[in-house]
Amino acid sequence: MATLDNYKGRQPAWCPGCGNFSILKAFNESMVEMGIEPYEFVIVSGIGQAGKFPHYTKCNTFNGLHGRTLPVATGIKLANHKLKVFAVAGDGDCYGEGGNHLIHAIRRNIDIKLFVHDNQIYGLTKGQASPTSMKGMVTKTQPFGVFSEQFNPLAMAIALNCSFVARAFAGDIEHLKRIIKEAVNHKGFALIDILQPCVSFNKINTFEWYRQRVYYLDEDYEPTDRVIAFQKSLEWGDQIPIGVIYKVEKPTFEEQIPVIKDIPPVQKVFNINEIEKLLDIFY
Amino acid sequence: MDYSIKIGGEAGQGIQTVGDTLAHIFARAGYYVFTHQDYESRIRGGHNFYQIRISDKPVSAPRSKIHILVAFDNESITEHEKELTDDGHILYDATILKEKYDKPSFLHVPLVELAVSHGGSKIMANTVAIGAVIGMLGMKPEIMYELVKKTFKKKGEEVINSNLGAAKAGYEYARKNCLTCSFMVSGFESPKMLIAGNEAIGAGAIASGLKFYLAYPMTPSTGIFNFVAENAQDFGIVVEQAEDEISAVNMAIGASFAGARAMTGTSGGGFALMVEGVSLAAITETPLVIALAQRPGPATGLPTKTEQADLLFALYAGHGEFPKVIFAPGSPAQAFYLTNKAFDLAEKYQITAIILTDQYLADSQWSFESFDLGKIKYTDYRTRGQKLKATENYKRHAFTETGISPFVVPGESKNLVVTDSDEHDEEGHITEDASIRIKMLEKRLFKKMPLIKKEITPPFVYGKQNPDVVLICWGSMYGIVKEVVDELSDKYKIAMLHFSEIYPFSENLSWIDKVINSKIFINIEQNATNQFARLVKMETGINIENHINRFDGRPFTVEELKEKVYGYIR
Repeated sequence: MATLDNYKGRQPAWCPGCGNFSILKAFNESMVEMGIEPYEFVIVSGIGQAGKFPHYTKCNTFNGLHGRTLPVATGIKLANHKLKVFAVAGDGDCYGEGGNHLIHAIRRNIDIKLFVHDNQIYGLTKGQASPTSMKGMVTKTQPFGVFSEQFNPLAMAIALNCSFVARAFAGDIEHLKRIIKEAVNHKGFALIDILQPCVSFNKINTFEWYRQRVYYLDEDYEPTDRVIAFQKSLEWGDQIPIGVIYKVEKPTFEEQIPVIKDIPPVQKVFNINEIEKLLDIFY
Repeated sequence: MDYSIKIGGEAGQGIQTVGDTLAHIFARAGYYVFTHQDYESRIRGGHNFYQIRISDKPVSAPRSKIHILVAFDNESITEHEKELTDDGHILYDATILKEKYDKPSFLHVPLVELAVSHGGSKIMANTVAIGAVIGMLGMKPEIMYELVKKTFKKKGEEVINSNLGAAKAGYEYARKNCLTCSFMVSGFESPKMLIAGNEAIGAGAIASGLKFYLAYPMTPSTGIFNFVAENAQDFGIVVEQAEDEISAVNMAIGASFAGARAMTGTSGGGFALMVEGVSLAAITETPLVIALAQRPGPATGLPTKTEQADLLFALYAGHGEFPKVIFAPGSPAQAFYLTNKAFDLAEKYQITAIILTDQYLADSQWSFESFDLGKIKYTDYRTRGQKLKATENYKRHAFTETGISPFVVPGESKNLVVTDSDEHDEEGHITEDASIRIKMLEKRLFKKMPLIKKEITPPFVYGKQNPDVVLICWGSMYGIVKEVVDELSDKYKIAMLHFSEIYPFSENLSWIDKVINSKIFINIEQNATNQFARLVKMETGINIENHINRFDGRPFTVEELKEKVYGYIR
């Protein structure tokens, strides 16, 4: 059985007090508590502070390009669906640069768990607005404040009938762990938007700001009603719900591809004799 | 025997169906066949043509002169009547064209009327036309009937019989009414295979153990996608249409990282989007194969026409410095074997291999006796199964003598596979250490590149020993230049130098002597800026001063190119 020691990775280069530390802790503890070994999954990450995440835990890692976590993760999952595939990205990475991929990964319902470290700001490039920055936020590159509508990942995901949509808060590790475990146990694409304060560049959405606003969904909240879930996803401002907002059971993408149903392509041994009939097509 | 048949008309009239069926009949009858197409970026209307050349000797290029023109519209006549040979004939239906032509070279065949009376529906008009062409040529009709049966097998007895009736009606009408038809065709031989450039790449990939084809549709590369998708079930291949080319290339990299052979295909505009992926594959040392079928640019350019103007773009694709290989096949056979070599080198050296074609080669069909599957190379370079069990303290980017690090399949053992688009250490973790950076670059580039160069075959020399005239070409120009050399060999000591493995250059540079000892060497390319000549100069220092270029989006015919060559040597 893996212990927390087995999940000790490289020394993080995040700012002291960064919300990413609690996400890392919650992730490692969830894996240990679920009995998952580091070799049993792969994390695909992009670029940004969140992109460094897999280096700080222990796992198979593909730290790829900015915005491209989901295509790489999709390729890996299709090649080897026996492998657990997690994607870790930031709000700029996943909702900005890689927005198109998010839409289509949700549509495919490929069994990937996407953790978005959403700090509503660009951290690695030092403080520009992100798609989830609130209107009016003044930054070095938005000198007159953000004019664009704030991106609502949960509402978009529910509109696309995403099979698992949740929001968590880095300030509550136990709650975040419950969400991580539920997502990992869910079959299908999961979007977990994690509110994660950036202590260096986001002076508006601080730990304190979130703490005053987040609230847990009621015990009797029914995440399978899409319309109610959509209404819930629109709540932002004084009251921000956290928890599993929407969930639906449906076939995964990989289940529907006949050629990989039984055995993952990486385990298929290629035999040159198989192709003898290939040239018959041309006569 | 060397005949050219052109089928012209609007998009949507079935020009391609008629052309394809005829081409397959000829190949089945044992003739050598070469086809190429000229079409517009539209589904209905416009003017398109499909040209077939048949011979009892191998053919590899289009001719300017036409023996039979099948005209489905009046534009086919105004555009192409002038291409007719002295014994040439135009097959048309006066009711379709709403015009009657009285010249002796015109043969009116009531395609629609015969389709209705013998096939039961005017849909069969194209089948009547096929029968009429076979009749005009004076071929025996049996193979045509065989092919009609094969083509409509899935549609049932009734459809087969209607089409057989229509084909027969067309055949007999032409035999009876084309009194001036005097074509001489040789007898049947053993069937030949007929294969297009795109299909050959698809088949070559499947023969190389392809498990994934991920792409976004783009002319003229879509034929590869179609071919692989049609055969996905039989050969256990996952095909997925990505949301864009950025996704396609990244998915391919993901699948390859996971341990499966993956490929993507596109044209220039889509490749522009894939370029960041080429760079990603380079630093993560993930094997990647890309088929790049060129069309004229910039931007959308001429979407359905041909050009060789993305060579230097492909060469320089990707920021940073890293090795890659570029192959530019000159025929479907070369496309088949070079696709296999592309996979082998990509896997062996953990690099990107690009197969560079163009619309002309992608869409043209050639006939061959067969392909030799014995030449196909398949080595599994990944660490899996028994080999994996013995692996400990694994480092994905370990420094080695060759620069090639063992590549473990992730998830199959306790060894963790870590890689990063950032510069990384041997384990694959992000680093900014200067000495590691230097060693990593040396590993990826300086150690691998000399080994890769050793794998490259030098250019193909064709023609006279110690030539006075050397024609230098690359990629799809192969067949045309080869035929020009054949035609000029009587009068001149002429040879062709054809490059299909175009980057890196082979270590063997003995071909240079041929060039510098000749009286004149001429570079022939379908682009405006002599991109290959620039590459030659860069790699060898040789300055080529004589150039033949074409950049109107249309391929040379043998006659056209011969005239241009004459211009230099006469």
